Amino acid sequence: MKTDNKTQTSKLDPYAGERLKRSHFHPRQAELNLRDAWSSWNGYKFADYYYDEEYEYFCIRNSCATYDICPMQKYRISGADAHFMLNRMVTRDLNKLKEDRVTYVCWCTDQGRLIDDGTIFKLGSESFMLTCGSPSLAWLRKSALGFERLEITDLSDDLAALSFQGPTTCEVLKKMGLEGIQNLKPFNIMYFDIGGSSHKPLMVSRTGFTGDLGYELWIAPQLALTLWDELYAAGDDYGIQPYGEAATNMARLEAGFIMPGMEFNEALKTVNYQYDQTPFELNLDWLVDFNKPHFNGRSALLEERDRGPKYRLVKLDIAGNKPADESALYADQKCSVEIGYVTSAMWSPVVKANIALAMIDSDYIDGSIWAEIYYGKELRHHSKVVRCVLQNAPFWAPDRARLTPPPAF
Amino acid sequence: MKKYDAIIVGAGHNGLTNAAYLAKAQLDVLVVEKNDYIGGAAVTREIHDGWFYSSCSYVCSMMRQSIHRDLNLTRHGLVLVPYLGTVVFGDHGDTMVSYHSEEAEYNQLRRRSPHDADAMFRFQTDLARYARLIRKTLLRTPPDPTSFRPRDIKELLWLAKQFWSLGETELYEYIRFFTMSAADFLDDYFEDDLIKAAMASPGVIGTALGVYSPGSAYILLHHVMGDVDGNIGAWGLARGGMGAISNAIAGAVQEHGGEIRTNAGVDKILVKNNQAVGIVLDSGEEIYGGIVVSNMDAKRTFTQCMDRADLPPGIYEKAVNFKIRGSSGKVNIALSGLPTFTGVADNRYINRGGQGFVGSMETMERAYDCWKHGRWSDDPFIESVIPSAWDPTVAPPGQHWMSNFVQYCPSQLADGPWTAEKRDAFGLTVVDKIERYSPGFKDLIVHMEVRTPFEIEAEVGLTEGNIFQGELTIDQLLFNRPFPGYAQYRMPVKNLYMCGSSTHPGGGVSSACGANAAREILIDLRRPNTVPEDDFGDE
Repeated sequence: MKTDNKTQTSKLDPYAGERLKRSHFHPRQAELNLRDAWSSWNGYKFADYYYDEEYEYFCIRNSCATYDICPMQKYRISGADAHFMLNRMVTRDLNKLKEDRVTYVCWCTDQGRLIDDGTIFKLGSESFMLTCGSPSLAWLRKSALGFERLEITDLSDDLAALSFQGPTTCEVLKKMGLEGIQNLKPFNIMYFDIGGSSHKPLMVSRTGFTGDLGYELWIAPQLALTLWDELYAAGDDYGIQPYGEAATNMARLEAGFIMPGMEFNEALKTVNYQYDQTPFELNLDWLVDFNKPHFNGRSALLEERDRGPKYRLVKLDIAGNKPADESALYADQKCSVEIGYVTSAMWSPVVKANIALAMIDSDYIDGSIWAEIYYGKELRHHSKVVRCVLQNAPFWAPDRARLTPPPAF
Repeated sequence: MKKYDAIIVGAGHNGLTNAAYLAKAQLDVLVVEKNDYIGGAAVTREIHDGWFYSSCSYVCSMMRQSIHRDLNLTRHGLVLVPYLGTVVFGDHGDTMVSYHSEEAEYNQLRRRSPHDADAMFRFQTDLARYARLIRKTLLRTPPDPTSFRPRDIKELLWLAKQFWSLGETELYEYIRFFTMSAADFLDDYFEDDLIKAAMASPGVIGTALGVYSPGSAYILLHHVMGDVDGNIGAWGLARGGMGAISNAIAGAVQEHGGEIRTNAGVDKILVKNNQAVGIVLDSGEEIYGGIVVSNMDAKRTFTQCMDRADLPPGIYEKAVNFKIRGSSGKVNIALSGLPTFTGVADNRYINRGGQGFVGSMETMERAYDCWKHGRWSDDPFIESVIPSAWDPTVAPPGQHWMSNFVQYCPSQLADGPWTAEKRDAFGLTVVDKIERYSPGFKDLIVHMEVRTPFEIEAEVGLTEGNIFQGELTIDQLLFNRPFPGYAQYRMPVKNLYMCGSSTHPGGGVSSACGANAAREILIDLRRPNTVPEDDFGDE
């Protein structure tokens, strides 16, 4: 009897509710996660890296690599009012967004503080998809108040997505049979057949978060593994490899892209007054369009524009080779005038430079900048003060990321 | 007639680095190159349609990061990609894989020898300590120990301080280290023969020494002191082949207004009134310059390209006796597919590393015995890498190119001069050996380029095809390189300088020789320094 009982309980996992969800690509990814380096994202079990973060980073820069974006939040907003609702929510003017195009957007509170950034896909004249890092359904519903002819659907669990980045990606997709993929321009969308289908269930957008040539592949969960297998079969000769959060973070920093929890604290999750950011502080001026009708945060942002932001996000090229993680920034080498802080830092293997993103008090932006860097050496803590140089262009922005067609292999 | 501020002879990576820094200091610079392509031994050539061979040097780890960054080499197209570990093949079907994770590596070493797995920690630590010391000297001009100039004394004191900072015990060890054999050095750590052979192999690469020869321990160190992005001992591939390094530096030369002329071999360095004043090309054309910088090796510079009468007494003899022996060959192979190796898992990471056919300590030594007798090794040591498994730009998709560095191969055979038949027989020896470990390998071969020291000397200009422009033994290192008294890049004739690997710190595609020489030249010309002083100092 006892044995029976045991068998019964072992079938029912008492911890089931505590376990992380598995992505639609999990069976394949788990096999390749040789170091069992898992963390989580939006409730999903998620790889920090699979083998070695630097190796995976180099796959992005040298060959091609996939990044699981199933845990990313995805919402369909459709209906006659969808366009108007989104255009009121985000700071960018969506009137310029054509069908089968994607655009990068951000949205703010009434006080003009950044809630999140993301991308909007215009799938049809009255159909949009919004993607973003954090769950946003509640804010979407709030933003939809007063708009009756629309429907918001959370697709997050029901749409599998894979970011596919690196110089050989276009070649691999070509080899996979995606005819015409080489003509897909940045931020455009195309549809393809896969696994013998005839209704083009695979959506491909030329988007990504690495600053390199790359695509994002969107498909129904039941076809996720088919997509994976076809992609990996085609990519075998082109150095395909999954990459995790660590490599993503390296690539996006070189590209100068901001990350929630690093460059900005989401406004709806910020306790301390003005410890969140405005788009101007984050150098997202180009995303704010005052020529369109009212949008969330408009008047606060107008004021901010005229007054000038208190802080500015800058790119820094830092002396030496010690990453300036969590460094404080000063106007002088003696560190007497504190003027800002580093938000993300790394040694850039491809540029061979010590780079960082940082927030700097706007009043000091044209002066000299010094970083106090802390680093460990065999258990001892050391610090040093080194000069930083402002950099205007992204650290890494290869031509192939913009070229259509991209260079062939 | 136009007179340049500086003429650099040889568009290898050091010549180009030198030119870039001189041009950056606003000098009017001309680089002349005998071949119709640039790069010297850091070169990529499409010898067979669709395959881009790094014909000579094939991997990179000593390239100074501060130079890479300072000359904006990334913007000029250079991307260095670390490659993964190496599979080592023993005589009797034994294999040993070096894994990319410390834990996996430890587990694998334990399977061979628990003792050696533990000893590896001490070995790596000691090596890192020695390597760090040498690495600090790379971007510095060696002091002249006989000089009383303040700069030399200061530099000597600095050097002494670095050595003393090792501590007394380590200092003794270190001094031993310079004269030890790789085998003796390794005996202090390991018991497993294959582990020893694997660790000893870098100690003989490019050198006419065996694993049991005194001096090979230092060469081992020379090969592991490099790093890729701080991973000490790691090696990288230049994306697009080693030519990408030279091309990027050439981009920097041109960015700063320097000029590069190919098909311009130098017949003679012109000397008037004991001063170098220019060059005569093979075509007879004379070009004048304020200074002449030779990127050729010391032997070639002084015995081939200068009039003996123009040299102070003794220099010609020193050059003749300069130790620059040919010991290695190179076999570049185009393959129709990725080879598989007996006993090695088909693992994407292992496939993207290298292969070391070392056999055993005895096999390595026997290979050297052949060289001593004027023959190529009949069971050679081969260090291979398949760059196309990692770099998508060097071979057609799904096909590959394999770089095979082969030791030993003499520049002069006991049975007469090199011929095409002998060259091909040498190539066959190499292929036969690989076939033993990779049945079916020969069927994959699409094209082969076999290079003995003879071909390397004829094409690149390196005397005897020596990859380091002179051996890296203590008698030819630091202030003894190339000759005692001439280690500061200034040569016995006024306005003549050297900037190649014959000078400190020697070979290995570091760009340091070229950069250091530029710094000295700028001092002489009273120009502001444009050359980085160190490789980011603190480590």
